[in-house]
Amino acid sequence: MAESPFKAEIERVQKEYSEKMTPGAIAVIPGSSVVNKTGSWRVFMPEFNRDKCVRCYLCYIYCPEPAIYLDEENYPVFDYDYCKGCGICANECPVDAITMVREVK
Amino acid sequence: MPIRKVMKANEAAAWAAKLAKPKVIAAFPITPSTLVPEKISEFVADGELDAEFIKVESEHSAISACVGASAAGVRTFTATASQGLALMHEILFIAAGMRLPIVIAVGNRALSAPINIWNDWQDTISERDTGWLQFYAENNQEALDLILIAFKVAEDERVLLPAMVGFDAFILTHTVEPVEIPDQELVDEFLGEYVPKHAYLDPSRPITQGTLAFPAHYMEARYTVWEANENAKKVIDEAFAEFEKRFGRKYQKIEEYRTDDAEIIFVTMGSLAGTVKEYVDMLREKGVKVGVAKLTVYRPFPTEEVRELAKKAKVLALLEKNVTFSVGGALFQDFSRALINEKEKPVIVDFILGLGGRDVTFKDLDEALGIAQKALAGEEFDEVNWIGLRKEIL
Repeated sequence: MAESPFKAEIERVQKEYSEKMTPGAIAVIPGSSVVNKTGSWRVFMPEFNRDKCVRCYLCYIYCPEPAIYLDEENYPVFDYDYCKGCGICANECPVDAITMVREVK
Repeated sequence: MPIRKVMKANEAAAWAAKLAKPKVIAAFPITPSTLVPEKISEFVADGELDAEFIKVESEHSAISACVGASAAGVRTFTATASQGLALMHEILFIAAGMRLPIVIAVGNRALSAPINIWNDWQDTISERDTGWLQFYAENNQEALDLILIAFKVAEDERVLLPAMVGFDAFILTHTVEPVEIPDQELVDEFLGEYVPKHAYLDPSRPITQGTLAFPAHYMEARYTVWEANENAKKVIDEAFAEFEKRFGRKYQKIEEYRTDDAEIIFVTMGSLAGTVKEYVDMLREKGVKVGVAKLTVYRPFPTEEVRELAKKAKVLALLEKNVTFSVGGALFQDFSRALINEKEKPVIVDFILGLGGRDVTFKDLDEALGIAQKALAGEEFDEVNWIGLRKEIL
């Protein structure tokens, strides 16, 4: 996955404000959604069966986050840092290559 | 030289806004505060006030536009009352949470149902937990002055909270009184230009305002609002002192009137304080030891001042134009809280009166005094008393 072009700046500002609340809880870090992991409230996670996958990319297209990207062989890869566990990918998959399983932390 | 003009509190509020030179005013008309935006729109149209006047389709939009303007980094003002303030409710939390120093002039009016356009304090009292600062004016002059002071306190870096200034519907909003309009230069010196430190738009400083906060941060963000309210206590005192120095009019969080050697102190807010002062003067002539304490500032709640006040009296008689159901009035809660851990405390008696514009007469105050005197004598009394209630039609 491509890195955020702001990454260095994000990390610098994040370090500066990591222990400080800004007035009005202003987010002073541009593009911080790249480094702030938002997948923490997931209850179910998609489990992927590579053997069943026909590489139709429906999961990739329908992911609302988008937390699915494609590897070099064009198979979907799930980014669990951002996946909210909505299950749309599993629902759209025509060959049942994706199943939603309860995540145990 | 300051000029004296005869005007309504609504006009005084508009004049205060003009003197404070806000850059954006967004407002929706509602009785009894309609005249405030009307007058301001005249100022803007006549070129006397260089500001953007945004016409909106509801109070929810008015305060939303104010939040947007304030977040962009300019001084912002609006006016409303009653149902209008209630419609702003959810955005009031947002304004305080985002620490935007917006000022609202509120013509204190009763809430429906039944529909009632007259005065009580239920509208602003209902918003006491939004994080906003709250000031209450006794007369038209105070309406003007307190709006200027509200800007000063709200924009202070130690505070950065929005503020509302309440003045009683019709009793003040539509009643003419001589009001001194201070010199523009003096107001400019007093307020200074608003230079936002945290909330402003600048393409070279990309920020996100009004963000989502996960459980890991939300509590801390709320605490900063609490802390800002605490800080405001000192800042308000400073602003009052500076205002007195520049304009010669003295304000205190709790203004006391004939409280020395008083056995019973009536505690109230807004225009009712004027009535009660008159009443106390009459009683003093008869040798009854009574006094008045007027809360000019209700949020942040002046806890320390209340404790000092409590040392002076045997009975605190709270006169309130609002109801907190099954409790009494809001002041009753606040005073009880402030004094609960004090070793020696006066008896607190709560009176609910004057709701929905019902006149508060000396006869009503006699009734309250009678109950307060019972409490003073150690006789049995009701904690909460509805004064002037027409029981015969119930």
